[in-house]
Amino acid sequence: MEILVCVKRVPDTAENEIEVKGDGSDIERDDLVYSVNEWDNYAVEEALQIRDKVGGAVTVVSVGDDESEEVLRREMAMGADKGVLLSDDAFEGSDGAGVAAILKAEIEKGKYDLILTGAQADDGAAQVGGMLAAMLDLPFASLVNAIEVIDGNTLKVGREIEGGNQEMNEISLPCVLSIQTGINEPRYVGIRGIRKVASVEIPVHGASQLGIEPASVGAAGAKVRRLDYFVPELGEGAEMLEGDMDEICDKVLELLKAKGGLK
Amino acid sequence: MQPALIAPANYTVGVVPTIILSLLIPVAGVAAFAYIIAIRLAPLVKANPDMRWDKIPQRLFSVAKIWLAQWRHPRYRLAGVLHILIFAGFLILSVRSIEMVVLGLAPNFVMPGFGGLLGTIYRLLQSYAATWVLGAVIVAVVRRTVFKPERYRVPARYGKDHTAEAVFVLGLIAILMVTESLFEASLTAAEAQQGMHGQWLAPLSLAWMFKTMLLETSGAALQKIHIIAYYLHDLTFFFFLCFLPLGKHFHVISSIFNVFFMRLRRGNIKPVKHGVSDEQLDDLESFGVKKLEDFTWKHILDFYTCVDCGRCSDNCPANAVGRPLSPRFISIKGRDYTYRNYPLYPIGAAFAKSDDLIGTIYSEDEIWSCTTCGACEQECPVGIEYIDKIVDLRRGMVDEGNVPQSLQKPLGALEKRGNPWGKLEKKRLEWTKELNNGFEVNVLSQKNPADTLYFVDSITSYDDRMQAIGRATATLLHRSGCDFGILGKDEKDSGHEVRRFGEEMLFQAIKDHNSAAILASGVKRIVTADPHAFNALKNDYDGLPPVEHIAQFLARTIRDGRLALKPAEADDSVYTYHDPCYLGRHNALYDEPRQVLDAIPGMRRVEMERCRDRSFCCGGGGLMLFYEPEEETRMGVLRVEMAAKAGANVIVTACPFCLVNMEDAIKVAGMEGKMAAIDLAELVARHVA
Repeated sequence: MEILVCVKRVPDTAENEIEVKGDGSDIERDDLVYSVNEWDNYAVEEALQIRDKVGGAVTVVSVGDDESEEVLRREMAMGADKGVLLSDDAFEGSDGAGVAAILKAEIEKGKYDLILTGAQADDGAAQVGGMLAAMLDLPFASLVNAIEVIDGNTLKVGREIEGGNQEMNEISLPCVLSIQTGINEPRYVGIRGIRKVASVEIPVHGASQLGIEPASVGAAGAKVRRLDYFVPELGEGAEMLEGDMDEICDKVLELLKAKGGLK
Repeated sequence: MQPALIAPANYTVGVVPTIILSLLIPVAGVAAFAYIIAIRLAPLVKANPDMRWDKIPQRLFSVAKIWLAQWRHPRYRLAGVLHILIFAGFLILSVRSIEMVVLGLAPNFVMPGFGGLLGTIYRLLQSYAATWVLGAVIVAVVRRTVFKPERYRVPARYGKDHTAEAVFVLGLIAILMVTESLFEASLTAAEAQQGMHGQWLAPLSLAWMFKTMLLETSGAALQKIHIIAYYLHDLTFFFFLCFLPLGKHFHVISSIFNVFFMRLRRGNIKPVKHGVSDEQLDDLESFGVKKLEDFTWKHILDFYTCVDCGRCSDNCPANAVGRPLSPRFISIKGRDYTYRNYPLYPIGAAFAKSDDLIGTIYSEDEIWSCTTCGACEQECPVGIEYIDKIVDLRRGMVDEGNVPQSLQKPLGALEKRGNPWGKLEKKRLEWTKELNNGFEVNVLSQKNPADTLYFVDSITSYDDRMQAIGRATATLLHRSGCDFGILGKDEKDSGHEVRRFGEEMLFQAIKDHNSAAILASGVKRIVTADPHAFNALKNDYDGLPPVEHIAQFLARTIRDGRLALKPAEADDSVYTYHDPCYLGRHNALYDEPRQVLDAIPGMRRVEMERCRDRSFCCGGGGLMLFYEPEEETRMGVLRVEMAAKAGANVIVTACPFCLVNMEDAIKVAGMEGKMAAIDLAELVARHVA
């Protein structure tokens, strides 16, 4: 099965203290460390497991600047067969539709049976997967937390739905899936793994190679513009439970049930 | 003069001379033994290299102390004494055993050099040795079958009980002792009956007792006993020889080699591959141990040598809390797997291709469960190593990407930020801000040099509670008049657990960074209050200035009179010192922290039963704080209970990780208010006069 996984380089929320710039235009980026978006990492792991079971190849692709090459390399160290960087000055400032259009152009250059994205990105809006499917006119399932290959034409996919419930679907290939965390246990990639793929060539495709009209993407083509970043004011979110231990436990149980955490 | 009985070499059954047996048994025995040993050596030849031919005098000393003098045996009193008796008996009887074999061919043979006075003394000693060995064997059988000490039990998941093998071998030893004595006694009894001046037997020895019993027996019967005892001895002797390398009694042969080759350095970790320098690591195809032959030959020799005595597991904290790790079975499973893949029978059978060890004989959780505390290695009477094997297996798993999710985040953070929490580098010196003793901690630079570097390490830098250890340490250094500084944001985690969790390349990167920063600072010595950092800088890094733990620094400073301490408050505090593994067992620093505590006038201190080199791990440090093990209880909880049992209400430790684990354990055990934990540096800082 030919699988393509879209990955994104994001500031790692676990290893950064995110602060908003004074003017609200962006976050402070001086002291940030970046990594591959966590959801995308699960998607790559899933692709590798499918490939190892049924054969084929896994390609990872990222829209971003030169530095995005490091996350492609990391995913290739995990075991992805190919990496492609989609990079062009014209891509800068793309909205979700722009990113999806760039990805679509690359995907149409090849022949893929399965396209995976993360369900969302740490710094994103969870829109690229769905838009990409629509643009490619392919079936789509979001928040996928289980994949089973039925045959060369069909997958069985599980989706997490409200209240922790599970839904199972059949979906025909080719298709686009957005992957939820927890679908698998991604393998570890150390410095050694990355060094092993350090010299592998990663092709860079720009607007001209992809046949994209520069004005249709990037800041120029964006129809959604970010206006402001701010830290919301602290509200009265906490509720202190009172009473003895048994009463508190009962209340916690009640709350957990009411909010769907327990069945 | 005609001998009182016909010797085996001259005896005939019908027309067949028994000397044929005297020849056949040894020849067949030696041939079978040589074959078995050759097969046993095969995996050692295919295994990875190991550097064990250095420091010969020190190795010979180990053999003299640990093998010959059985140094570690009396740590388990009864079992140890029994073993020493049997071991000494075997050594003494080895000469007689060889003599016995030759006697079947040459009836008047005497071991060269054993003819005169030496021979007489030897015979006396040998008779008593046979006697005490038999006595020890009987006690051992009773222990094994009636009292069944817990440490010999085989939990269901590790297979069947091993008692039968042990009792069988004890039976063989008993047969050897009895037949040898009967052989001797029957002849002496016959000599006495015939009024000859015969062999003198040591009074009350086994042979002497048999002789006394046999005095009334007919000459013909004595002749039969003499011959049967001889051949039974001969047969048992060679059977035993060939049986040894089939099971746990291989140690009778291999322990002397295993002890000779045992690890001499402490605290360090073996290189990824002996003979491959750190710079060449990138060229290696594979890292760590994945298959049997990836172990070094010494580590396979360890498997052969395991006596199945269970002392390692009896002291293993992971085993004590019900984690899926029992060091004893790391060895036994390794041994059984080696035997299975290198079969003795059918003769000429091909050696099996090794499978991945993880998932066949070892489980992932088993290998991640180890805190590398070293209690197993400290206890092993035959010098078996576990930490290097565990680390090598982890290196193999890391190389395959097989790392628990709980460890991936901190490893990633260590790579990016140099600390397992992913906190910002610039916040590494925030702990210094709350110092309110009228001094500032010097951050080292070209313009700001100092004699001494205080290496803080991650947990003390970032953890709210542990920052107090940093402040106490800085205060003590300052009050002792020490010219010191810190690296600040240039310091990264020491990488101690990074290496021990198998992520060697990340460790190398961290080591290179820290080494460069330390050398650039131009300091002449390094002090740290974190035993893990201490051990890393001392035993994992090289080319650095000398490193001291704060306990050593304090002991010296107090002794020199540069730091005066005021008396302890007169309350009901009873202190006990918990030896951190990486200060104690791995670096033999037991006395300095105690000297420091005892320098506080009026301090009441008690010892826990498990102290010094038998200290019980708190639960592990570094990355072990992030690992989520399967376990029934926490190591720290058991340790806190041990402190309470000793009558203490304050646990003093000298390691931030121990303090984290102790304080958590006190809460988990519900002992808040009844038990407290404090770091040595904090305690001393409170008592600076």
